[in-house]
Amino acid sequence: MQKVAEIAQKRAIQLLNQGAVNRVLGWKKGEFPYDETPAVFASADELKDFVYDSFSSPNLSKYLIEESRKEGKVLAFLKPCDTYSFNQLIKEHRVNRENVYIIGIECGGMIDVVTLKNRGAVGLTGADDDGENITAHTLYGDVKVRKEEVLLEKCQACKGKKHVIYDELIIVNPQDEKPRDRFAGVEAIEAMTPQERFDFWRAQLSKCIRCNACRNICPACSCLQCVFDNPKSGVASKASPDTFEEQLYHIIRAFHVAGRCTDCGECSRVCPQDIPLHLLNRKFIKDMSAFYGEYKAGEDSETRPPLVDFSKDDVEPCIISDKGGDR
Amino acid sequence: MSVENKEFKPTIVAFCCNWCSYAGADLAGSGRMQYPADVKIIRVPCSCRVNPMFILRAFQRGADGVILCGCHPGDCHYSTGNYYTRRRMTMLFDFLDYLGIERGRTRVEWVSAAEGARFASVMNDFVKKVRDLGPNRKITDLRCKPVEKEGE
Repeated sequence: MQKVAEIAQKRAIQLLNQGAVNRVLGWKKGEFPYDETPAVFASADELKDFVYDSFSSPNLSKYLIEESRKEGKVLAFLKPCDTYSFNQLIKEHRVNRENVYIIGIECGGMIDVVTLKNRGAVGLTGADDDGENITAHTLYGDVKVRKEEVLLEKCQACKGKKHVIYDELIIVNPQDEKPRDRFAGVEAIEAMTPQERFDFWRAQLSKCIRCNACRNICPACSCLQCVFDNPKSGVASKASPDTFEEQLYHIIRAFHVAGRCTDCGECSRVCPQDIPLHLLNRKFIKDMSAFYGEYKAGEDSETRPPLVDFSKDDVEPCIISDKGGDR
Repeated sequence: MSVENKEFKPTIVAFCCNWCSYAGADLAGSGRMQYPADVKIIRVPCSCRVNPMFILRAFQRGADGVILCGCHPGDCHYSTGNYYTRRRMTMLFDFLDYLGIERGRTRVEWVSAAEGARFASVMNDFVKKVRDLGPNRKITDLRCKPVEKEGE
């Protein structure tokens, strides 16, 4: 990973000096070594702060909505799953493709800091990643864990290591594709009784503090005026004592990104209350593929998403109602 | 007044499209066909006009069941509206089911302007289903509900 970061940094400086791009969108160290934040670098000097390692989980695609509308070309580093989000944004005419130079960067999976800390890495100061194991450096010595065990949820259910859109690639260690079951969590909930499902979601959703982080981070939530910001919408933008409001927010949010969600997993990652929001989005993805044919949002930049399309012989909604049709 | 004698009267919201189902309801009325008075009809220009939020709002404000009626696929006044409705509502209703809300509380039916009898039978059937399910306590604003002393 260290090597990838060096190559990426060198290449960024080269492109800046050539004048091919006039700024670079990447990651830099945050307050702590493990909370890396997206940053725009405008010069080779600033690029000294550039980092890329197993904590570079933020998806940079959403930042390109704004960046690609500015003067001049921007260089962006996108991980494989980020390229899906970017493709989806092109489809929705939210980004200006001409103004973005994309370097697809290799990704070996990102670490979930919370899980890592729970594994004993308290006082974390950094980590080394050899692909198989993570050696976490802490104030109290090193902690070694298997990487597989501390991956972010989105990486445990990785969509694949293939970049779907790029201008050039930086891949040092080609990653092998491991078939992963994305829908196991959804199926586990579907197998419960309605009452169990209700209790599960009531317990999860009532934790919501309505910080709106899931909406703000979501590359699909790119409306200039969000329905939840409309004071007339009747949806309070704060934690609500009313159980309905909790459900409403999450149902509507998931429905608004249905068919456009690339399952980049950012919502679950940023949720301060650890609500498994990906399970809501994946339910829609699973249903759509089941009812309207295999569809992966962001795989290309042309296909119409299922919910803005139709065919004359679609399934009837009674397939799920009590009228006798089975699911 | 004892609880046992109080029969549960559900509140049903029916979104009916202006061109087919609303006329179908009209025909049911002028043909003197009986269907429960629990059904509250809301006229919409097209079944496609119904935002998922409308359905959730209906539940919030005390509906026990929501039914959406539109023209038969292929007969939409605006050519394609109900095809979109069909996809949207399939998604939404399966999602509500996933959240644990009973499937019987939501339904989509296609009723044409000539199908007064069908409108009445659909409503009779739906109201019966919702009555069997009992009051909606799962997806509602609990502050809107009277306190009930049952075990639930």
